[in-house]
Amino acid sequence: MSLSDLLILLPQAFLLVWASLLLLVDLFISKERKVITAILGAAGLAITLGLTSGQWGSRATGFNQMVVVDNFSVFLSGLFTLAGLVAIVIAYDNMRRTGIHKTEFYSLLLFSVAGMMLMSAAADLIIVFLALELLSIPLYILAGLAVPRAGSAEGAIKYFLLGAFASGFVLYGTALIFGATQGTSLAGIMASIQSGTAELPLLVIGAALLLVGFSFKVAAVPFHMWTPDVYQGAPSPVTGFMSIGAKAAGFAALIRVFSLAFPSLAGQFAPIFAVLAGLTMVVGNVAAVSQVSIKRMLAYSSIAHAGYILMALVPLADPSVAANSTASALTYLVVYGITTLGAWAVISAVENADGGDTSVRDLSGLARQHPWLAAAMTFFMLSFTGIPPLAGFWGKFYLFRTAIEGGYTTLAIIGLLSSLVSAWYYLRVIVMMYFRESEAGASRAPSIQIAAILLALAVLVLGLFPSGLFQLALQALANGVS
Amino acid sequence: MNTIPMSYYLVLSAVMFTLGAIGVIIRRNPLVMFMSLELMFNAANLTFVAFSNAFGNANGQIFVFFVMVVAAAEVAVGLALIVAIFRTRHSIDIDLMNTLKN
Repeated sequence: MSLSDLLILLPQAFLLVWASLLLLVDLFISKERKVITAILGAAGLAITLGLTSGQWGSRATGFNQMVVVDNFSVFLSGLFTLAGLVAIVIAYDNMRRTGIHKTEFYSLLLFSVAGMMLMSAAADLIIVFLALELLSIPLYILAGLAVPRAGSAEGAIKYFLLGAFASGFVLYGTALIFGATQGTSLAGIMASIQSGTAELPLLVIGAALLLVGFSFKVAAVPFHMWTPDVYQGAPSPVTGFMSIGAKAAGFAALIRVFSLAFPSLAGQFAPIFAVLAGLTMVVGNVAAVSQVSIKRMLAYSSIAHAGYILMALVPLADPSVAANSTASALTYLVVYGITTLGAWAVISAVENADGGDTSVRDLSGLARQHPWLAAAMTFFMLSFTGIPPLAGFWGKFYLFRTAIEGGYTTLAIIGLLSSLVSAWYYLRVIVMMYFRESEAGASRAPSIQIAAILLALAVLVLGLFPSGLFQLALQALANGVS
Repeated sequence: MNTIPMSYYLVLSAVMFTLGAIGVIIRRNPLVMFMSLELMFNAANLTFVAFSNAFGNANGQIFVFFVMVVAAAEVAVGLALIVAIFRTRHSIDIDLMNTLKN
């Protein structure tokens, strides 16, 4: 290890050190001043964001080619840190109001963000595994943060058991790939496949096991069973963070591994990805229709959105479409991230002080009491549905376009039809907020309102000027992936 | 010294992994599920060590240490969760954890 190695991982290393120090410093902050811990946590993320964006445009590998910093990792690291920042803003108000203000939240969140950033910079399957654990273990604890509230521990243990189960698959897949190619570095695996020295059956089984493990992480059908329970049981701000952070990290690993290490296998895996994507879109959207709890509804909706993104991984074998389709996946991750964080911010504001479950009905009449929150939520729901001119429309547009360019028109049609189904449950939320008489209470904390409004504005602006984000996503792929 | 064929290790680890995976799916006691998870992790470890030995490089053996550390951290969190659940419900049967539903 040399100094240049450390410089490559400076953002991640800084964030880990900061999170560890925050755990200590927090002990000396009195109970009435815990806002300082939140601010320090946010400051750590902001500095990390600055450090990581300074790496844009460069490409370097370190630690014996185990990590790589390129635009792809910087792009996703930016997404993770921003998601962490929003999560802190939402969580501070929500956790105080529901009486679960445990300040370990901030350190754990920082650890998890560091794991996600490491995941996006992984160039070796062992780093992928370690990053997966570094991001997951804090999330297991965060999901259980509301103990002794009934559902929290239950959701946490389900998340833990299935998460560890998925890690087992990733690890065993890694071991088999190590056996097939005598190495675990993504570049080495590719070289070994190209030179024909790889043991193909072992390699394919290993890659399939990796796919199963990551499908758990991104909640693709049929590996999605844990999602509704965990999303419902975990505190809302944690769920909001999880719904974008863990998913984007899973996709980061999938894109890296399947477009860098196994480009020659992409053709064989295309049908599998296509089936996964189709199933995930249909099952997620159909199951969401009948949900009473809004947290469960958004859980199924997050499954459906994972399906849309999986669609981008299908045409990876076709070099003329691969760059565009990966860029559309990145674009969709950003768009989905903004929208989902916004939706969870509103839910965090509406949630009862006892932290009990929030049903769609609990939003009724929100427009009268809290017009700004309701307006923001309307933007998020319309963006989820994919109604122009909001960001969600363009996200889906790019995805469907590349699917058609790659020759998967059927998949695009399935996506379109299942989006139509999704309109039913997203619009129901808007109807509840505007056309039902009831007294929906919500937090009046300015922080959470401002966060929701800013995110809604972002959804609108990205919808009006979508090409900038897509160009940025293309640049993110320019000096590393594909 | 090495007279045991490679395939023996692979078959043993595949069996261990399958047993572990089946155990996680069918057993209802979280503690037993933990043990099954460990079985899955150790199946991977065995594969790493066996291949590492066959290739004559130490990489795979180093990875096993990483995996052990991660598994220990994971178990610490898992056991803490079980204790938290046992305190509130006095039972850790997974089938009784069904308060989360629509």
